[in-house]
Amino acid sequence: MSTLSATQGHVNLEPHSVSHTHEHHDTSGDTIFGFWLYLMTDCLLFASFFATYAVLYMNTAGGVSGKDIFELDFVALETAALLISSITFGFAMIAAQGQKKSLTLGWLAVTFCLGAVFIGMEIYEFHHLIVHGNGPQQSAFLTSFFSLVGLHGLHVTAGLIWMSIMMIEVIKRGLGKQTVTRLSCLSLFWHFLDIVWICVFTVVYLMGAM
Amino acid sequence: MSHSETHALAQMQSQHHDQSHGSVKTYLIGFVLSVILTAIPFWMVMEGDFSKVTTLWSIVTFAIVQIWVHLKYFLHLNFTTDEGKANTFTFLFSALIIVMVVGLSVWIIYESNAMMMY
Repeated sequence: MSTLSATQGHVNLEPHSVSHTHEHHDTSGDTIFGFWLYLMTDCLLFASFFATYAVLYMNTAGGVSGKDIFELDFVALETAALLISSITFGFAMIAAQGQKKSLTLGWLAVTFCLGAVFIGMEIYEFHHLIVHGNGPQQSAFLTSFFSLVGLHGLHVTAGLIWMSIMMIEVIKRGLGKQTVTRLSCLSLFWHFLDIVWICVFTVVYLMGAM
Repeated sequence: MSHSETHALAQMQSQHHDQSHGSVKTYLIGFVLSVILTAIPFWMVMEGDFSKVTTLWSIVTFAIVQIWVHLKYFLHLNFTTDEGKANTFTFLFSALIIVMVVGLSVWIIYESNAMMMY
């Protein structure tokens, strides 16, 4: 009875959960662990892109090298936006676990804006390179650069889409157990992307500009 | 009756979350450490006062330390809870694979490149 009432909000969302209410908490742990495993496979995808970049970065085909095109103060601002968005998402998670709906939405909105700033800056950088004749087709270096940084950018974009969907879910359904579990997965995704960005700015931008 | 039980359940859950999901304090510690560990490598490269080898090894070290900070304070990897252990071991396994994929690719290609040149 007590477990039933605790999960009442979800019964109409997911009929299967009724018969498994006694292990409901365990399944949310499984969900998060499963998502973590996905992130680990995503790590391998990034690792192969990094390996490709490491192999090809000197093959500039007579064109520009990293030293010519990377502007570190610009990259530092991008990094700041992403790093601050990591901690604001952390605050959103703390608010969600404390069942504070409007606070959660507020922090999610701040995180979304910072992520959008990051993506906006990256699009600007790519556009700037392409209009100056340094598009991905110019050399193996530029191909691997656009692929690696673009792959990270696509992940952040996917995270932003997911985040806007989660904000709608929080508005419409509140902070039920399942919604918080989904938010936890998104937070893992978001923090994971920040870790990938540490590798990107170190390997691509800092080493490239040295 | 059911309401108070629900409340007790929610409280149990929030206690559990406090352990495995961090607090404002741990997030702030992680954030401050990350800012420092980001600012120093950027400053080193932008100033260019150090030798290339020193700079290279420093920025790699700062990156690895910062990844550890993120894993500990933002992703809450640990060896104390069962979930934390499972997550940490899968991460360590992936890290091994990544080191092999990236490290061995770079090694093989650079060696073959050197052999082609001389």
